[in-house]
Amino acid sequence: MSDTDMIDAVLDRHRRDGTRLMQILREVQEQLGWLSPATLTYIATAVGWPRAMVSGTASFYSFFHTRPRGRYCVLWSDNITDRMLGNADLMDAMCKKLWLEPGRVSEDGLVSVNTTSCTGMSDQGPAVLVNYRAITRMTQARLGEMVGLIRSETPVAEWPAEWFAVEDNIRRKDILLAHDLVPGQALSAALERGPEKTLGEIKDARLRGRGGAGFSTGLKWEACRNAEGRGAGAAHYVVCNADEGEPGTFKDRVLLTSYADLVFEGMSIAGLVVGASSGLLYLRGEYRYLLEPLESALATRREANLLGKNILGTDFEFDIEIHLGAGAYICGEESALIESLEGKPGRPRIRPPFPVTHGYLDQPTTVNNVETLAASCLIATHGSEWYAQHGTEKSTGTKILSVSGDCERPGIYEYPYGVSVHQVLEDCGATDSQAVQISGPSGICIAEDEFGRRIAFEDLPTAGAFMVFDETRDMFEVARNFAHFFAHESCGFCTPCRVGTTLVRNLMDKIARNHGSPYDIDELFKLHRLMQGASHCGLGNSACNPVFDTLNKFRPAYERRLQSLDYEPAFDLDAALSQARQMTGRDDAGAHLQNEAEA
Amino acid sequence: MNANNIFQLDGEDIPFRSGQTIMQAATHHGAYIPHLCWHPDFAAHGSCKLCTVKVNGRFGSSCTMEAQPGMNVENRTAELDDKRRTLLQMFFVEGNHFCPSCEKSGNCALQATAYELKMMSPHFDMFYPDRPVDASHPDILLDFNRCIMCSLCVTASREVDGKNVFAMGGRGILGRRIHINSESGLLADTDFAVTDRAASICPVGVILPKRKGFAVPIGERKYDLAPISEQAKETTP
Repeated sequence: MSDTDMIDAVLDRHRRDGTRLMQILREVQEQLGWLSPATLTYIATAVGWPRAMVSGTASFYSFFHTRPRGRYCVLWSDNITDRMLGNADLMDAMCKKLWLEPGRVSEDGLVSVNTTSCTGMSDQGPAVLVNYRAITRMTQARLGEMVGLIRSETPVAEWPAEWFAVEDNIRRKDILLAHDLVPGQALSAALERGPEKTLGEIKDARLRGRGGAGFSTGLKWEACRNAEGRGAGAAHYVVCNADEGEPGTFKDRVLLTSYADLVFEGMSIAGLVVGASSGLLYLRGEYRYLLEPLESALATRREANLLGKNILGTDFEFDIEIHLGAGAYICGEESALIESLEGKPGRPRIRPPFPVTHGYLDQPTTVNNVETLAASCLIATHGSEWYAQHGTEKSTGTKILSVSGDCERPGIYEYPYGVSVHQVLEDCGATDSQAVQISGPSGICIAEDEFGRRIAFEDLPTAGAFMVFDETRDMFEVARNFAHFFAHESCGFCTPCRVGTTLVRNLMDKIARNHGSPYDIDELFKLHRLMQGASHCGLGNSACNPVFDTLNKFRPAYERRLQSLDYEPAFDLDAALSQARQMTGRDDAGAHLQNEAEA
Repeated sequence: MNANNIFQLDGEDIPFRSGQTIMQAATHHGAYIPHLCWHPDFAAHGSCKLCTVKVNGRFGSSCTMEAQPGMNVENRTAELDDKRRTLLQMFFVEGNHFCPSCEKSGNCALQATAYELKMMSPHFDMFYPDRPVDASHPDILLDFNRCIMCSLCVTASREVDGKNVFAMGGRGILGRRIHINSESGLLADTDFAVTDRAASICPVGVILPKRKGFAVPIGERKYDLAPISEQAKETTP
């Protein structure tokens, strides 16, 4: 089959519909390796979109390549937990073995090695993606073998299967993970009760969104249900947000691996309540390996009459489609996710209007977290009264935590809301902990004197990440890792976030080079105040949280790096000559300049 | 106009029509809220964040926020202008802006706003990005060094010219840029014309007509004659 035949086949499968651009680009790239200018022109013409829009989308996502990439593309997950497990040394060793500079494709076009944002394997790192396939638990031994396989150009599909094994690591089950529902049970209960009464149960159960913000699920569904569809394509949509991009979070990975039926059933219940016949699951690109198992789980449900027309003998019709993301943290924000579903760059929309009235294809849409939808099955089956007995008054039910970092048993822990940080630390075997990053970089960093605080919307709300740092860790480096993350993931739409995240990253790097002064600390606070108030969305608003928290709680980690008490320029005269030294091969005293401060 | 439809902007009564944003009502009234990406002819883009105001004590973008009766809007306070100055400095360091040699000097909304807000220096280290110019088109020069990502050319080309010559693409500080609607990425290979609305919409000096330099001497240009804040009503940057 020629390239154009292949592209045509992909386009036809997607009805030459531009709103399906993300899926078209991914499938074509999986075949061709990259998206050449000619390929983009061909696709743009076929879907009838301006070419600039197609290239605009292709260039937005980290996992799309508009320039040739190596036949082997190795991406090291670069969350702080991967760092703590030694990914930097491993990546360095890999580059040396392959005679590579990070980020550069080798001269022969064979391989490139680079970093990527957290791939959702913090409980079994250091993790890599090779040609977008997840590999866990990298070691020096594995690395040597991998370099050999790359050199011999062995296809990734023939690499040792155990490298691709992803463990669930479920350590504590509560009502959700220990459920005994059979597929269809929750949905039958919902159908029997009808949409209005099911909505009533969800509201009475006081279910709140598990993505971190904690908005009432019942109110969201109700607003969506009450909103009118518009125009010829009038419809309601259910979107499951499985773009689990917050570094240190991996609970959705486990839910989609071993509890997919519960998630799909929750989507169906949401569909019944809001009056939708179509559901979309937006799966992060890092979880590409889950696509086939999820597709087959959907097929099984269709065969069992749990999806499709006349579900379980009623007139309820609902089906689910899976869309893959392509490496963009911002798509976890619900309106950016919808933009991505429509084939566009993941740029958060101006709100209001909110997705419940103007969502996917401008139609009423409810966007819910994977865990929220799964939890709705428990309420549909057992009722609100039973559900609300668990957890606290304001935070009913349970929360799944993704525990990683310095502890003996990283993995998945489900607790009723209200559990103390102490308890979690004890259960996961963490000793001498100095800090826990709750809910990832955009969340909150708490110090030892706060370990009595509780996981609940009224105290410590969380999307699930729980990263533990023992007393040997440098909390400045933790914050610096997060600053780099936000600078990489800022969508670039609004000025404070686009430029601010880079300024913060540069200031943190300056302090790391021992060039900082109290002046730079003041600058960090100033940027925090600006970005928190003026940014377009939550990314920019929370991007300085880790810096702000560590500055307030771990000030000595910064101060011991500050050499001067006055202003210190970032510009280092001697360092500026390093390129000239490299080019001339000189390193004698005459090739060095002393800085004024030292002179 | 409903008599109750009045809000307070720095203590001044501003009347508005239902559905108008704070920015629309203020501009219509002749009151100046600093802005770069907003243009009265188009829907709000909301990216520059220069128009950030405090509404009943909370920050918001005045170009996207609907006016409501009785709102108390803070605009030209020391706190807000200080934030705006920092945002302007961000623009100046993320691009390559050399005002003295720029044909747009004196007609440039970025420069005029920086004067208005008394920005004395770029403050931060310059990023010096590599942004090649596109001189391929016979009548138009594109100098992306000055781009402030306002998307006005994208909107004007799409909505007025019906051409879609431009699109915003890429991500973040390194990636985000204007994409040109041709496989070569060159303006010459599009149907762009010097008479397009998009050719005259740029608030800074990215989109410039060729063979027309300094026709109006510096010192006699739009913002040389009066500061931008005094041209709120007629200013369409």
